[in-house]
Amino acid sequence: MTGPAETGLEIALDTVGTVLIVLGVLLTLVASVGLLSLPDVLSRMHAATKPQVVGLLLVVVGGALHLRTSVDVWMLVLVGAFQLVTAPVTAHVVGRLAHRGDGVRRDLLYVDELDDSPDVADPGPDTARTGPDGEPG
Amino acid sequence: MSTLLSLLDAVLVVSLVLLGLSAVLVVVRLLRGPTGLDRLVALDVLVAEFLCGLVAYAALTGDSALVPVVVAISLVGFLGSTTVARFVRRGTGR
Repeated sequence: MTGPAETGLEIALDTVGTVLIVLGVLLTLVASVGLLSLPDVLSRMHAATKPQVVGLLLVVVGGALHLRTSVDVWMLVLVGAFQLVTAPVTAHVVGRLAHRGDGVRRDLLYVDELDDSPDVADPGPDTARTGPDGEPG
Repeated sequence: MSTLLSLLDAVLVVSLVLLGLSAVLVVVRLLRGPTGLDRLVALDVLVAEFLCGLVAYAALTGDSALVPVVVAISLVGFLGSTTVARFVRRGTGR
Protein backbone atom coordinates (compact mmCIF):
# COMPACT_ATOMS: atom_id res chain seq x y z
CA MET A 1 0.00 0.00 0.00
CA THR A 2 2.39 2.66 1.17
CA GLY A 3 5.79 2.02 -0.27
CA PRO A 4 9.00 2.82 1.54
CA ALA A 5 9.58 5.88 -0.61
CA GLU A 6 6.41 7.87 0.01
CA THR A 7 4.45 7.95 3.22
CA GLY A 8 1.04 9.52 3.51
CA LEU A 9 2.39 12.77 4.88
CA GLU A 10 4.84 13.11 2.02
CA ILE A 11 2.10 12.49 -0.51
CA ALA A 12 -0.03 15.14 1.17
CA LEU A 13 2.86 17.62 1.10
CA ASP A 14 3.48 16.89 -2.58
CA THR A 15 -0.18 17.44 -3.36
CA VAL A 16 -0.36 20.76 -1.52
CA GLY A 17 2.89 21.89 -3.11
CA THR A 18 1.64 21.06 -6.58
CA VAL A 19 -1.59 22.95 -5.99
CA LEU A 20 0.38 26.00 -4.82
CA ILE A 21 2.67 25.82 -7.84
CA VAL A 22 -0.31 25.66 -10.19
CA LEU A 23 -1.93 28.68 -8.50
CA GLY A 24 1.31 30.63 -8.76
CA VAL A 25 1.70 29.76 -12.41
CA LEU A 26 -1.87 30.90 -13.10
CA LEU A 27 -1.15 34.23 -11.38
CA THR A 28 1.99 34.59 -13.48
CA LEU A 29 -0.08 33.95 -16.60
CA VAL A 30 -2.51 36.66 -15.48
CA ALA A 31 0.42 39.02 -15.01
CA SER A 32 1.68 38.28 -18.52
CA VAL A 33 -1.73 38.85 -20.11
CA GLY A 34 -2.02 42.14 -18.23
CA LEU A 35 1.48 43.14 -19.30
CA LEU A 36 0.54 42.55 -22.90
CA SER A 37 -2.89 44.17 -22.92
CA LEU A 38 -2.83 47.16 -20.56
CA PRO A 39 -2.49 50.62 -22.10
CA ASP A 40 0.44 52.45 -20.47
CA VAL A 41 3.59 51.93 -18.44
CA LEU A 42 2.00 52.53 -15.05
CA SER A 43 -0.76 49.97 -15.50
CA ARG A 44 1.65 47.48 -17.06
CA MET A 45 3.86 47.92 -14.04
CA HIS A 46 0.81 47.32 -11.85
CA ALA A 47 0.26 44.02 -13.64
CA ALA A 48 3.93 43.19 -13.51
CA THR A 49 4.48 43.70 -9.80
CA LYS A 50 1.46 42.53 -7.82
CA PRO A 51 0.27 39.24 -9.39
CA GLN A 52 3.77 38.32 -10.43
CA VAL A 53 5.24 38.68 -6.94
CA VAL A 54 2.40 36.72 -5.35
CA GLY A 55 2.72 34.08 -8.06
CA LEU A 56 6.44 33.71 -7.48
CA LEU A 57 5.84 33.45 -3.73
CA LEU A 58 3.27 30.69 -4.25
CA VAL A 59 5.61 28.81 -6.58
CA VAL A 60 8.46 29.13 -4.11
CA VAL A 61 6.34 27.85 -1.22
CA GLY A 62 5.17 24.95 -3.38
CA GLY A 63 8.73 24.09 -4.36
CA ALA A 64 9.77 24.18 -0.70
CA LEU A 65 6.95 21.76 0.13
CA HIS A 66 8.23 19.47 -2.63
CA LEU A 67 11.92 19.56 -1.77
CA ARG A 68 11.59 19.45 2.05
CA THR A 69 15.31 19.66 2.82
CA SER A 70 16.48 22.24 5.31
CA VAL A 71 19.01 23.93 3.03
CA ASP A 72 16.58 24.09 0.12
CA VAL A 73 13.73 25.41 2.22
CA TRP A 74 15.85 28.22 3.63
CA MET A 75 17.24 29.14 0.24
CA LEU A 76 13.72 29.33 -1.16
CA VAL A 77 12.66 31.47 1.82
CA LEU A 78 15.58 33.73 0.91
CA VAL A 79 14.34 33.97 -2.68
CA GLY A 80 10.83 34.90 -1.54
CA ALA A 81 12.02 37.46 0.96
CA PHE A 82 14.36 39.01 -1.56
CA GLN A 83 11.57 39.28 -4.10
CA LEU A 84 9.37 40.99 -1.52
CA VAL A 85 12.14 43.48 -0.71
CA THR A 86 13.24 44.30 -4.24
CA ALA A 87 9.95 44.45 -6.16
CA PRO A 88 8.82 47.73 -4.50
CA VAL A 89 12.19 49.32 -5.27
CA THR A 90 11.99 48.50 -8.96
CA ALA A 91 8.32 49.53 -9.09
CA HIS A 92 9.12 52.85 -7.41
CA VAL A 93 11.93 53.68 -9.82
CA VAL A 94 9.88 52.69 -12.87
CA GLY A 95 6.80 54.60 -11.70
CA ARG A 96 8.79 57.74 -11.00
CA LEU A 97 10.47 57.66 -14.39
CA ALA A 98 7.16 56.90 -16.11
CA HIS A 99 5.45 59.86 -14.44
CA ARG A 100 8.25 62.16 -15.54
CA GLY A 101 8.27 60.90 -19.07
CA ASP A 102 5.47 59.90 -21.38
CA GLY A 103 4.69 56.63 -19.68
CA VAL A 104 1.33 57.76 -18.29
CA ARG A 105 -1.88 58.10 -20.30
CA ARG A 106 -3.13 61.25 -18.58
CA ASP A 107 -6.58 60.90 -20.10
CA LEU A 108 -7.09 57.62 -18.24
CA LEU A 109 -6.36 59.09 -14.82
CA TYR A 110 -9.04 60.28 -12.46
CA VAL A 111 -6.65 62.02 -10.10
CA ASP A 112 -3.01 62.86 -10.70
CA GLU A 113 -1.69 63.75 -7.29
CA LEU A 114 1.73 64.62 -8.64
CA ASP A 115 0.40 66.90 -11.34
CA ASP A 116 1.37 70.28 -9.93
CA SER A 117 5.14 70.73 -9.75
CA PRO A 118 5.96 67.05 -9.64
CA ASP A 119 9.69 67.16 -9.14
CA VAL A 120 10.50 70.58 -7.79
CA ALA A 121 10.57 69.54 -4.15
CA ASP A 122 12.64 66.44 -4.78
CA PRO A 123 14.37 66.51 -8.14
CA GLY A 124 16.02 63.16 -7.62
CA PRO A 125 19.60 62.06 -7.18
CA ASP A 126 20.70 62.77 -10.73
CA THR A 127 19.59 66.39 -11.00
CA ALA A 128 20.60 67.40 -7.48
CA ARG A 129 24.13 68.33 -8.53
CA THR A 130 23.33 70.12 -11.76
CA GLY A 131 22.05 73.31 -10.24
CA PRO A 132 18.65 74.84 -9.57
CA ASP A 133 17.55 75.06 -13.19
CA GLY A 134 18.24 71.33 -13.40
CA GLU A 135 19.38 70.75 -16.95
CA PRO A 136 19.35 66.97 -17.17
CA GLY A 137 22.50 65.49 -18.62
CA MET B 1 -1.06 6.05 -4.86
CA SER B 2 1.37 5.97 -7.75
CA THR B 3 -1.41 7.15 -10.03
CA LEU B 4 -1.79 10.19 -7.80
CA LEU B 5 1.93 10.85 -7.98
CA SER B 6 2.00 10.54 -11.76
CA LEU B 7 -1.01 12.88 -11.89
CA LEU B 8 0.93 15.42 -9.83
CA ASP B 9 3.86 15.12 -12.21
CA ALA B 10 1.56 15.65 -15.19
CA VAL B 11 0.09 18.75 -13.52
CA LEU B 12 3.60 20.11 -12.98
CA VAL B 13 4.44 19.55 -16.64
CA VAL B 14 1.26 21.39 -17.65
CA SER B 15 2.20 24.30 -15.38
CA LEU B 16 5.64 24.43 -17.02
CA VAL B 17 3.93 24.65 -20.40
CA LEU B 18 1.74 27.50 -19.08
CA LEU B 19 4.89 29.27 -17.89
CA GLY B 20 6.32 28.97 -21.39
CA LEU B 21 3.14 30.45 -22.85
CA SER B 22 3.23 33.42 -20.50
CA ALA B 23 6.92 33.90 -21.27
CA VAL B 24 5.98 34.15 -24.95
CA LEU B 25 3.43 36.86 -24.08
CA VAL B 26 6.06 38.76 -22.10
CA VAL B 27 8.57 38.48 -24.96
CA VAL B 28 5.96 40.01 -27.30
CA ARG B 29 5.72 42.99 -24.95
CA LEU B 30 9.51 43.08 -24.67
CA LEU B 31 9.92 43.33 -28.43
CA ARG B 32 6.97 45.63 -29.07
CA GLY B 33 7.08 47.92 -26.02
CA PRO B 34 7.11 51.52 -27.15
CA THR B 35 9.29 52.89 -24.38
CA GLY B 36 12.32 51.58 -22.60
CA LEU B 37 10.35 51.37 -19.37
CA ASP B 38 7.99 48.85 -20.97
CA ARG B 39 10.94 46.72 -21.95
CA LEU B 40 12.39 47.07 -18.47
CA VAL B 41 9.18 45.89 -16.80
CA ALA B 42 8.85 43.04 -19.31
CA LEU B 43 12.42 41.93 -18.67
CA ASP B 44 11.77 41.93 -14.93
CA VAL B 45 8.71 39.72 -15.39
CA LEU B 46 10.66 37.45 -17.73
CA VAL B 47 13.35 36.90 -15.10
CA ALA B 48 10.69 36.12 -12.48
CA GLU B 49 9.03 33.62 -14.81
CA PHE B 50 12.38 31.97 -15.40
CA LEU B 51 12.71 31.65 -11.61
CA CYS B 52 9.23 30.12 -11.42
CA GLY B 53 10.18 27.64 -14.12
CA LEU B 54 13.36 26.65 -12.33
CA VAL B 55 11.52 26.08 -9.05
CA ALA B 56 8.78 24.10 -10.78
CA TYR B 57 11.39 21.98 -12.57
CA ALA B 58 13.19 21.33 -9.28
CA ALA B 59 9.86 20.29 -7.74
CA LEU B 60 9.17 18.03 -10.72
CA THR B 61 12.47 16.19 -10.64
CA GLY B 62 13.11 16.42 -6.91
CA ASP B 63 16.59 17.65 -7.77
CA SER B 64 17.68 20.39 -5.41
CA ALA B 65 20.80 21.35 -7.36
CA LEU B 66 18.90 24.18 -9.05
CA VAL B 67 18.01 26.04 -5.84
CA PRO B 68 21.29 28.03 -5.56
CA VAL B 69 20.81 29.00 -9.20
CA VAL B 70 17.41 30.44 -8.27
CA VAL B 71 18.95 32.49 -5.47
CA ALA B 72 21.69 33.84 -7.73
CA ILE B 73 19.32 34.79 -10.55
CA SER B 74 16.95 36.57 -8.17
CA LEU B 75 19.83 38.71 -6.92
CA VAL B 76 21.25 39.50 -10.36
CA GLY B 77 17.84 40.21 -11.91
CA PHE B 78 17.10 42.92 -9.37
CA LEU B 79 20.48 44.57 -9.91
CA GLY B 80 20.03 44.48 -13.67
CA SER B 81 16.58 46.04 -13.78
CA THR B 82 17.42 48.77 -11.28
CA THR B 83 20.65 49.64 -13.07
CA VAL B 84 18.92 49.85 -16.44
CA ALA B 85 16.31 52.14 -14.89
CA ARG B 86 19.07 54.59 -14.03
CA PHE B 87 19.95 54.94 -17.68
CA VAL B 88 16.48 55.57 -19.04
CA ARG B 89 16.65 59.10 -20.43
CA ARG B 90 14.90 61.64 -18.34
CA GLY B 91 11.81 63.13 -19.89
CA THR B 92 11.60 60.90 -22.92
CA GLY B 93 11.00 57.53 -21.28
CA ARG B 94 13.24 55.84 -23.85
